[in-house]
Parts: sequence; structure tokens; C-alpha cells
Amino acid sequence: MSRPGFVLEVDDRTPPMVVHEGLGFRLENFPLGTRVVYPPESLPAVPDVDDAIDHALRHPVDSEPLPALLRPGMRLTIAFDDISLPLPSMKSPDIRGRVIEAVLTMAAEAGVDDVKIIAANALHRRMTAAELKHIVGERVFRSFYPQGDLYNFDAEDRDELAHLGTTDKGEDIEISKRAAESDLLVYVNVNLVAMDGGHKSVGIGLASYKSLRHHHNAKTMVHSRSFMDHKHSAMHHSAWRMGRIIKDTVQVFQIETTLNNDVFPSSLAFLQKREWEWSVRDQASMLAVRRGLAMAPQKARHKLFHDVRSVYGLTGINAGEVEAVHERTLEKVHAQHSVEVNGQSDVMVMGVPYLGPYNVNSSMNPILAACMGLGYYFNSYRGQPVVRKGGAVILYHPLDEGFNQLHHPSYVDFYEEVLAESTDPAVVGEKYEQQFAQDPWYIHLYRTSHAYHGVHPFYMWYWIAHALDHVGEVIWVGGNRKAAARMGFRAATTLQDALEMASGTVGSAPSITYLHNPPHLLADVR
Amino acid sequence: MLALEMFRSLPRTVAGKAMGSRMPGILSGFAAPLRLMTIDPPVVDRPGWARLRSRLSGICGSDLGALSGSTSLYFSAVVSLPFVPGHEVVAELLDDCEDLPAGTRVVLDPVLTCAARGVEACENCSAGRTNVCSRITVGDLAPGLQTGFCRDTGGGWGQQLTAHRSQMHVVPEGWSDEQALLMEPLSCAVHTALRAGVRDGDRVLVSGAGSVGLFATLALRQLTGAGQITVVAKHPHQRELALELGATEVVSPSETLRRVRRETGAFQLKPEFSAPYLLGGVDVAVDAVGSKSSLETALGATRAGGRVVLSGMPAAADLSAAWFRELELVGTYASSRHEPPVHGQSGKGAFELAAELAALEPVVQLSKSVVSYPLHRWREALDHAHAAGRLGTVKVAFDPRSSQ
Repeated sequence: MSRPGFVLEVDDRTPPMVVHEGLGFRLENFPLGTRVVYPPESLPAVPDVDDAIDHALRHPVDSEPLPALLRPGMRLTIAFDDISLPLPSMKSPDIRGRVIEAVLTMAAEAGVDDVKIIAANALHRRMTAAELKHIVGERVFRSFYPQGDLYNFDAEDRDELAHLGTTDKGEDIEISKRAAESDLLVYVNVNLVAMDGGHKSVGIGLASYKSLRHHHNAKTMVHSRSFMDHKHSAMHHSAWRMGRIIKDTVQVFQIETTLNNDVFPSSLAFLQKREWEWSVRDQASMLAVRRGLAMAPQKARHKLFHDVRSVYGLTGINAGEVEAVHERTLEKVHAQHSVEVNGQSDVMVMGVPYLGPYNVNSSMNPILAACMGLGYYFNSYRGQPVVRKGGAVILYHPLDEGFNQLHHPSYVDFYEEVLAESTDPAVVGEKYEQQFAQDPWYIHLYRTSHAYHGVHPFYMWYWIAHALDHVGEVIWVGGNRKAAARMGFRAATTLQDALEMASGTVGSAPSITYLHNPPHLLADVR
Repeated sequence: MLALEMFRSLPRTVAGKAMGSRMPGILSGFAAPLRLMTIDPPVVDRPGWARLRSRLSGICGSDLGALSGSTSLYFSAVVSLPFVPGHEVVAELLDDCEDLPAGTRVVLDPVLTCAARGVEACENCSAGRTNVCSRITVGDLAPGLQTGFCRDTGGGWGQQLTAHRSQMHVVPEGWSDEQALLMEPLSCAVHTALRAGVRDGDRVLVSGAGSVGLFATLALRQLTGAGQITVVAKHPHQRELALELGATEVVSPSETLRRVRRETGAFQLKPEFSAPYLLGGVDVAVDAVGSKSSLETALGATRAGGRVVLSGMPAAADLSAAWFRELELVGTYASSRHEPPVHGQSGKGAFELAAELAALEPVVQLSKSVVSYPLHRWREALDHAHAAGRLGTVKVAFDPRSSQ
């Protein structure tokens, strides 16, 4: 039986807490009175995944059953969430592959033979064949990939984009032509956090820059409070406006899956537990891992962590009409992630782990670390941010993993040139976004290599716009000073130093909240 | 008279070549083939020649190259040792010289052309392309491509020298010696800018922000229709100066290719065990350093069919890009009596145009930063010249008048 998340107040019996920091973690002694917000423990998984999938497809919400939507001669397109989800990647078989197999089985039974399977990667990097295979499974890969019927979406292939119109706010809706012109578009989603799914799936995953620029910008991000609450997120409002027009044009059959919090494999199981509940075995594991990490070169640490595959359990699957499905999804996601937190604090502390949505099988450069901490974790709230307006955020990350030239070529230019001039998301967006978005080299690398689109680092920076607008101070414990300064932040060696540095903003005895994730949590701040 | 003399010394040349580039202090210590001497003043007893008293004489990159032995042996046939260096010269006439009375303050065009050598004008001199004279080893003088590399004429690093009337350009009234000193390097920059063949709106890269690069930037901005001019500068004060003199933007050496790539929409390739280069890039690149890396950066950042201008003395470099991308490699040496038309006006010489540039306010301000040393402090002067970029100096010079 799982236990809900809860808030611990540090007292003199509280052991040191695990704080993630890139390719490692530390044990931190927090000041007395610090609130530590723990995520809920994993919800129980559904006992029979295949049965749950079958049931969802045959008993959808506000939609005819999937078999009834399939007919011979139709054009069927199946789109699925890309490698950015879930985090870490799921141990085989991936739930998307299982769902896609079920959909294909029904399609085959109905005599559908025009089927394309598209990775909805939007402006994310193209996945490699191995990565596609991991998600869709060996059988689907073998049947579709060699013929070119399983492929990554290409947001720069003008011939393969369809403009579906504009919203009443003038937002362009331009998505995959194949998807738009299909008789049925089945979208297979993995809902790791409440931000995913809903109209964000097709409207963003299969959209071009022309469409994305309307909500992926600094102004919209500042007004998204938070990303995890689509009813209070300007980004989601935009996506919803677009999604409703897409729904009028394309028949979308949305399939959303929710996962539990089983993030760490058995070798790192102690990271999933609350520190004072560590058994002797957990403590021994912790010591062994820490000692090993301390001695291992960075490459080995990188491999150790990036080879982690999680044994998530499926907590639910819903299919049918997009919004109705998403409402059910959110219930499950909130049940897994929500923790009630009473009021805001002066200081918010977060550890930034080795992995975010955009460095799967890659390195977490300083921009991605900032996005992970100030974009995703900061925004993991409902109601109001964990930290008060003008408060301080303290993050842990070395900020030095370097830029992956294969995956993040435009990040280097963004870091070296754009951030050198300004760190204000609105200013850099206004001045440089178009240049980067239209750069032919970045476009070439996006289309033919495995590079994120040229504009992607801007999106990462917009992602932190709300945090920058809200907080008065950002300090990185253990962070590279030059990298922190380049991004407009400060670096400290220890938590005590960071608190001292922040004292000008929050005083010498601030209230502190530490978000103890991963696994993921969603702070319901009352 | 007192003069610095460069003499033949194999051990010192070898030592300078081996260590000079890494340890410039060696050059101003024991390794430089240079000595402070009391020698007889030079005399060239021919029509059109006159004696001059050196007032100020700059230390140029080519002088440092000669002292460190890094200059190609190609040039050994066109100098005559021992000689008194110094080809950036502001001097006053000690004798009347044709139309110029004694006491006139002049700057020298150092090139020793057919007129100076007393031989019939070669084809290039006849056409006004005096900088590529074909007779620089014959006639009345010992071999020497310029004043400052010729045994017979003396040079600006001595108290006296001789020069031919054809070399002299009168310093305008009211100019300081320092301002006049910049005319020779400015004339070279004029020549560079005009040889670069820049069309209106062309994107230009100037690799290097020493005096050559800065003056080339000024000349490109003032005399051509260049659009974006990107200057590669190492040091903060060079960045500021480059912007003042007309650069659109200034980048550090490490970010050059990245910035050019992004601004020109070029594609970038990374060869094995070698520096990256662009497919696409600027229309014209000017190498104003003369190092291998600088030249290769210029070659690698220029679009196919573009032009690469060798303004600094060239170093050995990989010329694959010139072949593969069909680049035009253009040399620019000194300056010419007749330069190509500027803004539709033809017939002006490089020194005439340089005088117009030297009168501009940024150059006047720049001239105030010229640092001069007496001859007996030559070691300090060379040290300073070697570290000029880092120390924020654009030009270091000798003032032979202040030497005892």
C-alpha cells in the first residue's frame, strides 16, 4: 500500500537528506525547522497491462470504441511521445510499444493497411533507430521502420506540414500533414507529470515552429502558473485553443497512460526511500554508491546513471476524446504526485539530478540544468509557488557537464553569445530567436542529424522565465562559478554559504523548504 | 651617430627562431641580432637624395619578425646586412631636397623603387604600382626592399638616415609626430582595403586587432562599401578600438568561426584532428596577424569564391581551402603610388588617402597613445612591442632624438 507524500520538519533527530546534484548526490544537513517535502510513494500498478490497454481501447471516454473507428482503406496515423518521456527511460517493454501493438492489432483485424507511425518530437532531436526501437518494441520496429512507415516528425519539412488555420487570438496551427490528413489520428501518450498530455500532445508534439512560437515564448511562460496546472497556464490555454481547432479538423483518438513513482532500480532503491527508514542494507548501498561515484571518472558516472531504466508500473490508461481523457489522467497523476504544503517559504531548495527531458542519452549542460531546476521543479506546484515572491531559490548542480555537440549545437552559441549579452528571456527572445530558428545549419542538423532545433535553447530559457520573474535570488550550490555567472546567477560551495549569500534577500533566519525529488512530486501549496 | 643595427649572427638568429615566439624576452635579451652602435651617418650621394634626422620611428611586426628569425628566408635576398631598421619614419630634412627645403618634416614611403635606385622605371613603377617594383636589388643602392632593410640608406632606428625625394610625403601643418607616424601603417591599410576588392554590402572578417588589423578596419569602413565587418580581437581595449574604427562587431579568436557561421548561415564541418571550417562564410577575410592559425581561420571562414587578403606577413598554413573553395588569395605589401579608384574617384596615392584617414578624430586620439623610447632603451621597447596587444598599446616607437 502506498503512502501519500508528506512534509517533514527537520529537527535534531533528522538524519542528513539526499540531495541530487547531476551525476551524483550528497547528504545534506538542513537547518532546524527546514520543511522537507517528500513525494508520495508509488501507487499500485494495474495487475494486467494488456488487459487494461484492451479495455481502454474498447471502452473509451466520449468516443466510439477504437475498432469501430477503423475500416479498410482508411489512412491511420499513430503518433507517440518521444524520448523526452518518461524520465528515466522505461525498462522494456515500453508502455507506448504495448499500446501501439494493440492498436495495430485492431487495425489489422479491421483491414487497415495504410498506417504510419510518427514520433511526435516537435523541435526535439530525431531519435536514433535504437531509441525508436526501444519505445515501439522490436516487432513494430521491424515491421514499419525499414519501409519508412515509422519515422521522426520533421517540423522543417515544408511539404509535410499542413496549416489548419488560426485561433481567435491569431495563433497559427501547423502540424504534420500526414496526421492532419489522416482519417484517424491515434495519439499514444505517457503522462509522467501533469504538464503532459491533453491538447499538448498533438498540438505541440506534431507542430512546427510557426505554431509553437505562439506559446513557447517568454511572455506566455511568465504567465503560466504553473505548467502543471493547465487551467492556470497561459501555455496550455494556447495549446487548448489550438487543440480545439485541431479536433474540429482531425479525428483524434487520444490514449493517455499514467505511471507510478518507481523511478530507481533496485541498486539505487535507497534513493526512493525516506532517509530515516533506510535499512542497514540501504545504508550500505548508499555508502558503496557514494564511494564508487567519488572514485569513478565522469564518463563512468555518466554511463552508470544514463543506463538506468526504470521499472514503472502502469497506474492507468484512458482513451477517447482528448479533454475527457485528460481529466481522468490528471486525477491519476495528482494522486501519484500531489503533496499538500502549507504556505510559501522564503527559500526553496532543490537538487537537480543528472536527467531532464532534453538530455536523455546525452549530457546536461548548464542551460538544461537551469531549465530542469527553475523550469520544471520550480513549476511543480499548484496554487502558488513554494517560494514566496522575491524569495531565494537554492539549487544543487555542478553546471559543468559540457555541451553535447551532436545533440545541442545551438546551445553553445546561445550560451556563448546570447547569454553574454543578456539573460532576460524577453530580451534574448526578441533579439535572437528568429536568427536561431531560421539558421540553415541548425535546421540541417535538426533534420539530418540528431540535434535539437536551433531555437530550442531559447525555449529552455523561456521555461525559467516565470521563476526569474518570481524569485529574487538564485544560487547554485557546488555550481561552476563561471557558468552560474554567465546565466546571471551566483554559485556557493555549501548550503550554509548559499544561505549567507541569500541573507540580503531573505534575512538571516529564513523559512526553508526542500523539495525532495526525484521521484516527482507536485506541491499543492495552500 | 647612434643607431640600432641589425647584423648577421647565425647563433642569435637560430636562438631567436627557436625560442623567440614563445619567450619574447629572449629577443630583447641575448638573442636579438641587434646592437646599439655609434656608426657613420649614411650617405647616398646621388641626385634626389637628402639626409634626414629621424624624429620618430615605429616598431612594426615585420621588424619583430626579422629580429626573431621568423621571417621567411625568401626575404634574405632582398635585404643587405648590416642595416639600421626602421621603415615607419617621421623625420626632418637636413638638406634641401628638390622642392623641399631643409627642416621640412616628412614621413617616408619606405619602398625603394626604381626612382630611388636611379634605374629606368620598371613596368610596375611606370604604372604607379611602386610597391611591387622589380628592381629592388639593383641600381645605386645595396639590395633592400625598403628603407630600414637596406645597408646604404639607414633607417628610422638611427639618428640619421637618407631618403629619396620620391619617398617623402610632407607632414601637414599642426600634426604631431605621433599622428604623422601612423601615416605609413595607414597607407598599408589603405592598400589592403583597396586590394580586398570589397563590394557594397560584403561581409568582411578582419582577423587580428593589432595596428594592422585596426587600421585595415578603418580603411575598409572609410574607403569601401563593406557591410558587416567582424574583427577578431584578443584584448578588451582592442575590442573598443575596433568598434571605434568601424567594426560592426568584435569577437574573440575562439568564437570567430562560430559567430561567422551563425551570422552568415554557413554550414560547419569538423575535419579529423584539425580545426573546423565553414561551407559558406564571409565574402572577404583579411588576415592581419600572419600566424598559421589566423590565416587558417581566414581561409576557413570565407565562402567559396571569396577573397582572402594576406595583410600580415604570411605564415605556413594549410591552403586546402584555397584550392577546394576556389578562394582568391591576395597579397598586400606596403602601399602603392596609384591605388584603385575610391568612391568613383581615381588617381589618389595610398599616402594621400592615409593622410585623410590620419586626420580623423579616432586616429588623432589613437596617436596620443603612441609610446616612444630612446634608442638606448631598445630592450624595453622591444619587450613592450612584443606585448603591445596585452598592454593596450597600438604603436611603440623609437625617438632617436632623445638618445644620448
